[in-house]
Amino acid sequence: MSKSSLNTLTLTQTIEGLKQKTFSLQELYGAINQAIEQNNQKLNAYLTLDDKALAKAEKTTHLPLMGVPIAVKDNFCTKDFRTTAASKVLDQFVPQFDSTVAKKLKEAGGVIIGKTNLDAWAHGSSTETSGYGRTLNPRNPNYLPGGSSGGSAAAIAADMTIAAVGSETAGSIRQPAAWCGVVGLKPTYGRVSRYGVAAMASSTDSPGPITKTVEDAALLLNFLAGHDPNDATSSPQQAPDFTAVLNKSIKGLKIGVIYQDIPGLEMVNEKLSEQLQVFKELGAQLETTKALDPRYAIGVYTVVQRAEVSSNLARYDGIRYGHDRSYFGPEAKRRQMLGTYTLSKGYAEKYYDLAQKVRTLFLEDNNQLFKKYDVLISATSPGFAKKIGATEGAAMFGELEDMLLEPSSLTGQPGISVPYYRDPKTHLFLGMNIVAPMWQEQRVIQVADAFEKNTQWNTWRNPL
Amino acid sequence: MSWQETYEPVIGLEVHVELKTQSKMFCGCVNNPFHAKKPNIYTCPVCLGMPGGLPVPNKKAIEWTVMIGLATNCKTNTFSKFDRKHYFYPDLAKGYQISQYDLPFCYEGSVNTSFGKVRLNRIHLEEDTGKLLHTTIKGKKVSLVDFNRSGVPLVEIVTEPDIKNGAQAKEYGKKLRQLLRFLNVADCDMEQGGMRLEANISLRKKSEKNLPKYKVEVKNINSFRFLEQAINFELDRQAKLLDKGEQPKQETRGWDSIKNQTVAHRGKEEAADYRYFPDPDIPPIHLTRKFIQNIQDALPELPETIGQRWQKEYSLHPKQVAILLEFDESKELAWLDQVFAQLSKHSLPVSQFVNDFINKKLKLPSKNSVAQTIQAFKNLHQAETIDTRELATVIKQVLDENQDAVKKYQAGEQPVFGFFMGQVMRRLGKKVDPQAIRQALQAALEA
Repeated sequence: MSKSSLNTLTLTQTIEGLKQKTFSLQELYGAINQAIEQNNQKLNAYLTLDDKALAKAEKTTHLPLMGVPIAVKDNFCTKDFRTTAASKVLDQFVPQFDSTVAKKLKEAGGVIIGKTNLDAWAHGSSTETSGYGRTLNPRNPNYLPGGSSGGSAAAIAADMTIAAVGSETAGSIRQPAAWCGVVGLKPTYGRVSRYGVAAMASSTDSPGPITKTVEDAALLLNFLAGHDPNDATSSPQQAPDFTAVLNKSIKGLKIGVIYQDIPGLEMVNEKLSEQLQVFKELGAQLETTKALDPRYAIGVYTVVQRAEVSSNLARYDGIRYGHDRSYFGPEAKRRQMLGTYTLSKGYAEKYYDLAQKVRTLFLEDNNQLFKKYDVLISATSPGFAKKIGATEGAAMFGELEDMLLEPSSLTGQPGISVPYYRDPKTHLFLGMNIVAPMWQEQRVIQVADAFEKNTQWNTWRNPL
Repeated sequence: MSWQETYEPVIGLEVHVELKTQSKMFCGCVNNPFHAKKPNIYTCPVCLGMPGGLPVPNKKAIEWTVMIGLATNCKTNTFSKFDRKHYFYPDLAKGYQISQYDLPFCYEGSVNTSFGKVRLNRIHLEEDTGKLLHTTIKGKKVSLVDFNRSGVPLVEIVTEPDIKNGAQAKEYGKKLRQLLRFLNVADCDMEQGGMRLEANISLRKKSEKNLPKYKVEVKNINSFRFLEQAINFELDRQAKLLDKGEQPKQETRGWDSIKNQTVAHRGKEEAADYRYFPDPDIPPIHLTRKFIQNIQDALPELPETIGQRWQKEYSLHPKQVAILLEFDESKELAWLDQVFAQLSKHSLPVSQFVNDFINKKLKLPSKNSVAQTIQAFKNLHQAETIDTRELATVIKQVLDENQDAVKKYQAGEQPVFGFFMGQVMRRLGKKVDPQAIRQALQAALEA
């Protein structure tokens, strides 16, 4: 492999290469920086880059991640390093502390090479509502990368980093991963600490990896997961070794396939059914099943999330952080207005309380399904990536694009998106969403890994 | 005709108390806002409301809240939660206060007063806000924020509208403060704001059973005396309005301690909408029976019970007990209890000791030593025990010098006895147990 294409390596390959001294950190960073120089201005995946990254990496070679560059979404607080959540409200904010995720990455020898773009405050599924301009889809720059972790997914797809971290509230890891043709893993709610992540909807926010392969997602999750005494909602249970299930046979595993009968989903359902043959060949038991109509989840999610957003953004009151509330973008303003309304006296019961009840119904529905199936599979998103500008005038853009992911976000269950189809003309991808019961990330990793290794979708490289 | 004949007061109190836990309510910062050397030194991303700061509840504070509840006969919610209460204010870092809405840790309790029982509606736990300082720097008027107090555990104790007058409110407040200090969970420093009082005051016709259609909230009262004055002032003010056929305005007022009157607060007339909802950052809290039982078991004998026991065992007067209970530190009461037991064991008069103690007549070498205290009590009274021979000599002198008076007494003129008493005492030149003199004098006169 030429030294100039070291940036295309997976996390697993990079660590192995550094261990074997096949190449040096300098060579690795050289290739990454070159890719960033070539593409970032156009793609706008990174908002802030750390020019001292290599120097930091050289000091961490003794640690497990050996100085590997990792891109982190800009809603994770990074000590002494600008953190904006892609909102001008935090334009000049330099945190005095590390989010737990940033801290864990650093302690494991990862280097945060830069902070990636997102929809401002993670409000959206396009990265088009960023206060710092939209990110483009590296597979085809006429299209959006999805969001809100669009910058992280684009950085991976354009090989401008080795691995990346995103956060998902409902779709924000899996949907951009699907649109950019990469892997996105949303862990169980509470598996990865939310401490130091600018809160969107606190009851569903889940940080997780965005990577080139399923194997990488499992490996990176090993470094992110675990109990955090600073987060009361983080699970005290010990995280397993997520790589332990890689290459493991899925023979006998019961897979429930959900083709939601909703207008507009015909294409993704058809393409999905074409791909599922591989699971049968691997010995899994496939069965088509039905789940609660995800359109109810749109309503539930919209109410719950807006309510939490209106509360979580109250701290940016213009007294601190430099910029006042007029710096909020239209999307953040809309969400705060709606959330304030649904929590108001006389309306809370009608909206918020009711939404929480229906949320429980989704949990019960999924739990019923998991009595029969080990995992549930559906499409990640109703279609391919949308063209740039698609969010204009579309206030519910994200909710509609993420409808297939909202149920498992509301229930807190883990899910992964892995590419299952590429359009030969547009080079755009479709992603498959695999969901398992609480704390069963291993199952989604096992199934996604088996699919990935027995298909060719993730070997295709960008023609950038 | 006074208004008391027509109207009946309906008064409820809300008391906020800062707990003195080591660390703050939702973070590990030092909880010591009143003794901080500088502003904003006891702060972190959580109590500053930084992006991504998350609250983790302080277990000790929950334990203490339940303890306060158990000590005030409250029931405990085994399933509870924290809620967010939203409003904007520069000292409120997050734009919301973490409080408890519909499931407080404790509910339905009571506190006894000499005017009758005051029922408690609820006791809940929340966090305190930062503090604003309005000042002038280099000729410019500025408002500064100190977040040392932000996130300090704050307990709110809410009564039912059972209070009938200012004196009862004052007694209730004092009793509550005594209990909290006794339990060693709060300093209740009123001047610093460690204990804050709010009264909801209204009047209704005596025949009326429903709550009045209005209530006046008097806030920011920082002493029990002001509380009593504010309530009494409000009752008179409202009665005058009602007499004129006017319903007092539902409003928030403050106590002006210079003019001795309540004054209307400027601003909001409408009820605030705090948009309460369960804080998604804090999972609901299940308190086990065992957790509650352990707190119950560790609860010391409470001042009220101690007082009742003292009245019974040592025949103390209720007034004496009331004064003693003002020494509200638990170790003080425990020490007194030990002293009483020892006095009683040695057949020494406990009531006499209490009077000496209250009137500060005892020279106490060391408060903690029971033996030394008893010795001090003995010394005080030994010094006054008169030598019987000295007494006999003095009596003889007095009688010899006042033979006329002796004759009058022997002729049945009783009041002359007082004259002898006075003469003897003056000549002795010290305070002596009058009973001893009386007996000796009577014996001499009848001899």
